[in-house]
Amino acid sequence: MIYREAGQFKTSYASDQAIFPIAQDRAVVLLALAAAFVGPPLLASEYWLQAILIPLLIYSLAAIGLNLLTGYAGQLSLGTGGFMAVGAYAAFKLTTAFPQVSIVLVFLLSGLVAAGVGLVFGIPSLRIKGFYLAVATLASQFFLVWLFNKVAWFSNYASSGTITAPDRAVLGVTVTGPSATASARYLTALALVTVFALVAKNLVRGRVGRSWMAIRDRDIAAEIIGVRPLRTKLLAFGISSFYCGVAGAELVFLYLGSAETQAFDIGLSFLILFMVIIGGRGSILGSVLGAVFIVLVPIFLTNAPHALGLRLPVALQKQIELMVFGGLIVFFLIVEPRGLARLWQITKEKLRLWPFPH
Amino acid sequence: MTDLLYLVAVAPFTDMAGSPAFLVEVLLGGVFAGLMYSLVALGFVLIFKASGVFNFAQGVMVLFAALTLVGLLERGVPVVVALALTTAVMVALAFAIERLVLRPLVNQEHIILFMATIGLNFFLEGFGEMVWGANVKRLDIGIPDRSFIVRGVQINQLELTAALTAAVLVTVLALFFQKTRIGRALRAVADDHEAALSIGIPLKTIWVVVWSVAGVVAIVAGVMWGAKSGVQFSLSLIALKALPVLILGGFESVPGAIVGGLIIGVGEKVGEVYWGPLVGGAIENWFAYVLALAFLLARPQGLFGEKIIERV
Repeated sequence: MIYREAGQFKTSYASDQAIFPIAQDRAVVLLALAAAFVGPPLLASEYWLQAILIPLLIYSLAAIGLNLLTGYAGQLSLGTGGFMAVGAYAAFKLTTAFPQVSIVLVFLLSGLVAAGVGLVFGIPSLRIKGFYLAVATLASQFFLVWLFNKVAWFSNYASSGTITAPDRAVLGVTVTGPSATASARYLTALALVTVFALVAKNLVRGRVGRSWMAIRDRDIAAEIIGVRPLRTKLLAFGISSFYCGVAGAELVFLYLGSAETQAFDIGLSFLILFMVIIGGRGSILGSVLGAVFIVLVPIFLTNAPHALGLRLPVALQKQIELMVFGGLIVFFLIVEPRGLARLWQITKEKLRLWPFPH
Repeated sequence: MTDLLYLVAVAPFTDMAGSPAFLVEVLLGGVFAGLMYSLVALGFVLIFKASGVFNFAQGVMVLFAALTLVGLLERGVPVVVALALTTAVMVALAFAIERLVLRPLVNQEHIILFMATIGLNFFLEGFGEMVWGANVKRLDIGIPDRSFIVRGVQINQLELTAALTAAVLVTVLALFFQKTRIGRALRAVADDHEAALSIGIPLKTIWVVVWSVAGVVAIVAGVMWGAKSGVQFSLSLIALKALPVLILGGFESVPGAIVGGLIIGVGEKVGEVYWGPLVGGAIENWFAYVLALAFLLARPQGLFGEKIIERV
């Protein structure tokens, strides 16, 4: 009854091809965005911002990046952590070498550096496919992390090998480093995610996204109808790595504050891949939903026994968390292999018919 | 420049020629390490062959098997009984996995099944530690970790045993696949699920069998790795060591797992000893992957993998 597009006539091509053609969708998205920009900085506590919302936004960005590559272009990659490390170290080197350059520009530049590295490691995808490619991308993961560990130049010869985010300001407000408030960091991350999600959404609706999907669905057929596999696959690797690089830079500058290479190990790659699969391959919204799921579930599992009044030994609780987390992943795959985004789509279709069953 | 070229292209070889006994030692070390990797890779290959599932949980299955065995031994169960019980546990695990994970996900895409095994990975990790405890355990099965010297070359008795076990295991598996009725059924399923079903091969049974066999292989790998480096969480990470072996040898090939393991093992050891110091060492984490990648560029389906024929 409420969610129905009856009476909404499209009178121009622009309105026909809008991202959200239905007025209710537009309203919901705009309201949600406004709430996200205004609500948490005013209401949420330091803990909520720092432990949940900021990582959620950063992981969303990385998941969008991986989704472009895995969900849209069909190239399974386990090198996400490596590309994020490239972004983080590039941002650190750039901002310490040129302190006067705006930090936003530094993020974009470090994304470009990551894109360059991604292009190089994307080259094998021209010959290798499927799981062979997935394992081959692990090479980039291990090699890059090893490189940043070994070559002291990347961490400016710090004896501990950690990189630390210095204080940097945008429009007079400190957004990175130890003296930045959680709200400022949250808003920066949110603004970046919003812009990049919009860009990604438009990318996948256009020529580029369609050529990616053609390659994903059947690469030989795509080649025959004139999609160039070389350019398309490398473009996917490049753009995906750009997103991951920016997310990696944010991870250190807006969330962790300082990090070593361990922050970018294989576990991170798997985490991002989980978000893509649980959220839904080939969906920008799904990437965000997946990030929400993966960030919230462990926090919920950690706090659930307390809320129930159970006192468990720390080790036992950790083990139960692992088991429940693993079980939930299998459960979600069984219930809806196409992810949370698909559930959302089904809900919307149900809503359109409501209160009638058919 | 010439210095660098000399260091990369000449010095390692003069080193090798300088002390052949040491070279043989390095090579043997590589062969043993490679066979250990093969043992893990074998579990992957078996499951991939028969169900097309890329089982990421194989590493944790190795850990779980080793934990179970050690846990039983610690409670004073005799070795033979403990082995039998562990086998029973792994078979039960295979049944549970088939019923709870594989059957609901039948006909899903490969990547979904792959993800499910990662979920399984988390579950087993938590479960194993909850039942048997998380501290490092020593696994003693009566093979001394001693070395003896043959013509100036040091040989470790434990590694030698592991190598022989791997050889026996591969022979047995090869015979099982080639000669027995179930082995033939397994190969039929690997070739074509639907065709196998249509001639009356029960897919569910086959999956249980194959996961059980992979479980038994996991026990062997767990015993060997556990005896070498103790039973602890890091044991599950050897899965990451087995992956380059797997892509090098080809996902569907048992001999590929062995040959791939040997190439990776030897390549890794030789690379680490002779070229590693040039770049600051600790290259064993990624060297195997780059080596495998180089092979893949020439042969995208691995050395022994089935040729990928693509149609539109």
